[in-house]
Amino acid sequence: MDKHLSTPGTSRRDVLRGLACGGLLLAVDLPLGRLAVAGENAPAVFAPDAFIRIAGDGTATLIMPQVEMGQGIYTAMTMLIAEELDLPLGAVRLEAAPASDALYGNPIFKIQATGGSTSVRAYWTPMRKAGAAARAMLVEAAAKRWQVAPASCETRDGTVLHTASGRSLPYGDLAAAAARLTPPADPPLKDPKTFRLLGKTQTRLDIEAKGNGSAKYGIDAMPPGVKFATLASCPVPGGKVKSVDDAQARAVPGVRQVVVLDDLVAVVGDHMWAAKKGLDKLAIVWDEGPNATLSTDSLRAAMHEAAKQPGVVVKSEGADAQPGAPGVISASYELPFLAHAPMEPMNCTVHLRPGACDVWTGTQVMTKAQAMAAQAAGLKPEQVTVHNHLLGGGFGRRLEVDMIDKAVRVAAHVDGPVKVVWTREEDIQKAMYRSTYGSWLSAKLENGKPVAWRHTVVGPSVIARWLPPAFTGGIDIDAIDGASDQPYAVGGFHVEYVRHEPQGVPTCFWRGVGPNNTVFSVESFIDRLARETKSDPLEYRRALLGANPRALQVLNTAAERAGWATPLPPAAGGRVGRGICLQTVFGSYLATIAEVAVRDDGEVQVRRLVTAVDCGMVVNPDGVVSQIQGGLVFGLSAALHGQITFEKGRVQQSNFHDYRVVRIDEMPAVEVHLVPSTEAPGGIGEPGTTTVQPAVANAIYAATGVQLTRMPIDRTLLAKGGRT
Amino acid sequence: MVKLSINGTVHDVDVEQDTPLLWVLRDVLGMTGTKFGCGVAQCGACTVHLDGTPVRSCQTAVGDVGDMAIVTIEGIGATPAGAKVQKAWMDLQVAQCGYCQSGQIMSAAALLAQTPAPNDADIDAAMAGNICRCGTYVRIREGVKHAASLT
Ligand code: FES
Ligand code: FES
Repeated sequence: MDKHLSTPGTSRRDVLRGLACGGLLLAVDLPLGRLAVAGENAPAVFAPDAFIRIAGDGTATLIMPQVEMGQGIYTAMTMLIAEELDLPLGAVRLEAAPASDALYGNPIFKIQATGGSTSVRAYWTPMRKAGAAARAMLVEAAAKRWQVAPASCETRDGTVLHTASGRSLPYGDLAAAAARLTPPADPPLKDPKTFRLLGKTQTRLDIEAKGNGSAKYGIDAMPPGVKFATLASCPVPGGKVKSVDDAQARAVPGVRQVVVLDDLVAVVGDHMWAAKKGLDKLAIVWDEGPNATLSTDSLRAAMHEAAKQPGVVVKSEGADAQPGAPGVISASYELPFLAHAPMEPMNCTVHLRPGACDVWTGTQVMTKAQAMAAQAAGLKPEQVTVHNHLLGGGFGRRLEVDMIDKAVRVAAHVDGPVKVVWTREEDIQKAMYRSTYGSWLSAKLENGKPVAWRHTVVGPSVIARWLPPAFTGGIDIDAIDGASDQPYAVGGFHVEYVRHEPQGVPTCFWRGVGPNNTVFSVESFIDRLARETKSDPLEYRRALLGANPRALQVLNTAAERAGWATPLPPAAGGRVGRGICLQTVFGSYLATIAEVAVRDDGEVQVRRLVTAVDCGMVVNPDGVVSQIQGGLVFGLSAALHGQITFEKGRVQQSNFHDYRVVRIDEMPAVEVHLVPSTEAPGGIGEPGTTTVQPAVANAIYAATGVQLTRMPIDRTLLAKGGRT
Repeated sequence: MVKLSINGTVHDVDVEQDTPLLWVLRDVLGMTGTKFGCGVAQCGACTVHLDGTPVRSCQTAVGDVGDMAIVTIEGIGATPAGAKVQKAWMDLQVAQCGYCQSGQIMSAAALLAQTPAPNDADIDAAMAGNICRCGTYVRIREGVKHAASLT
């Protein structure tokens, strides 16, 4: 077991028990005014409004409001606190926060959610303040004991020092006294020039456990007496079970039970193999319902139909560029449905009994998970305890709670705890999906430069379902992100949003979210405009970035590092090219230059990706590089392979052989260059992903003269003599 | 009853002969370091060693294991190649979500035991069966080379 990671499921009771033996529970001033005071008389000392706990024995425990799904947030959060608290990183214990929007709601979403590249942006100041307040109280406690002025004390490595008298006390010895003090309302923060940890690469706190098999994910939960189940939902979304013949399934050794619900059938056994064999032996007849005729073509036609309707106006400034008007250039771009396919398949372990329910899983949304389990179990949320775990990948899929709903409903029929694990086929075929999105763009050029720009975004609103308060005026702020705030000076500026929900297909967020669509289309269209004016794509962009120095700087950095001006080495029997993507979404600035080689048969090899990043002040530099590297690969999988298609209402892909993701032997050389910045921190989980598709598509144009307007890459368009 | 030698310890398990080793490890013995990713030999998350050879445990029936020695992620640190790979993975901060990394480390350790100084083509051949959805491939490649350089 990694020394930093405590056993998942440590309960709030344990925290309180820790307090009872002389710990310091510190409330934190979040910018939303949710301040609870831990004072001598305040009952808030027992209020579980806390991120920091220092026990009398000196153990420092940090409660992590954001979940760790690979993005390194446990390490970043800890660094933010430890910087101001002068705590040695090696000594902290980390616990996943229990479910509570009031205590652990993400300051950006106001609910307890990890996603949208928001964690560091949301917690940069609150977590530092938490550390600073705790430090001030420990100093005050020491100063009182020594009868000296607090200002004459320093802190270092978990100890308060009074250099003048040569005295020192470890934090643990001061915890009980500090717990009786009132936290300062607005503790001063360190000058960034004096940072000891922030901005300097630190070892991930979860790295050891992730190399020796001891890291625990939801799928590893093993409550005593647990049984194992796997399930089949209707292959057509929205369909129901009509009838089941389970005679053969029950005959499988190790099968204990078959649970038939309205919309799914589950087999419970002594282990997953028995359950899976049993599931394969079920004869299920489905009532496929109204979506049985869905196909990729019908879904696509419906989106194109929707695009003809007027949208909600997001921006309307100055001259317009109506498609079809004289001198107006127009193009449209589309993205397919995608599955998330995190390496850890969907799973949830549930122990439901009268009046109580325990849920073991890995979720990006603790309180939604708790509420979903309560609803499915017919309990109150407070009767449900969610034990959150490390996530074997999230990518947006674990912002949803359908897997928790299903598991709880199965568990209602099972005596004792049951672990419900989806097969990979179920995970890909009965999922929630990244929707198709489309972008329709037009621009009017004068002297080669845009003087009017129009962008219509067409797609569903995940926000309207997932975070209703953020859906106002009919505008999905995620769908239009990257369209309404693109980086270029384009003259008249018009952005519209057409909400179009694809029939029957449940949609959700996917790494990179709205900007996957908007950045792909804007950056493809900018290249198109550069071509119309016979300009170099780099120079064309530069000329439109006068008001955007951070964007210009990452663009220049990427171009220089990629050697934009130098000719590409030829590829044997292939056509080669470079392409650019510049984006300014998620509060970060990224430029990527892709190098591709396209074979005569249309096969594309992405040989190199060079990305320059300005994401403001950085917590853990190597963590940023790691996230960008990973995001690039995620985007590359989408560009090269990613699509979910429907036929007769069914998803046609089923596992990694036909829902392909990039493997190591397809990897380009990847270079990530951090541009130093003192601006506010930006997000880094998503932007690597959104930068790839346009850079690759533009590089393919440079190599072949074919502009791809849809993803994934259609090789038949790129084969020599292929269709155009 | 099936007798299995896992990381040097003999276990008697009461399962059908056709049960994949993966589920015996995880669900019967509670050794959850070996991961389920696809169930069809497409992802490598379930990789273990049988007498030093990497195999996909989701496709390995326990009845076929016989007296071959099974080594899992929980035991690989006791082998010279495994220890090097684990150290290299720490040095280069390879893991992100970490879910695929048991399998990556098992494949890398088997590669290094066979080929002490692998080149890029060797790495591609040995590691292409292991998917990392988080996209840690840049560091996996560097990690293998770094492990090979450790003494
Ligand atoms: S689970 Fe065995 S190869 Fe994927
Ligand atoms: S580290 Fe997450 S799948 Fe590889």
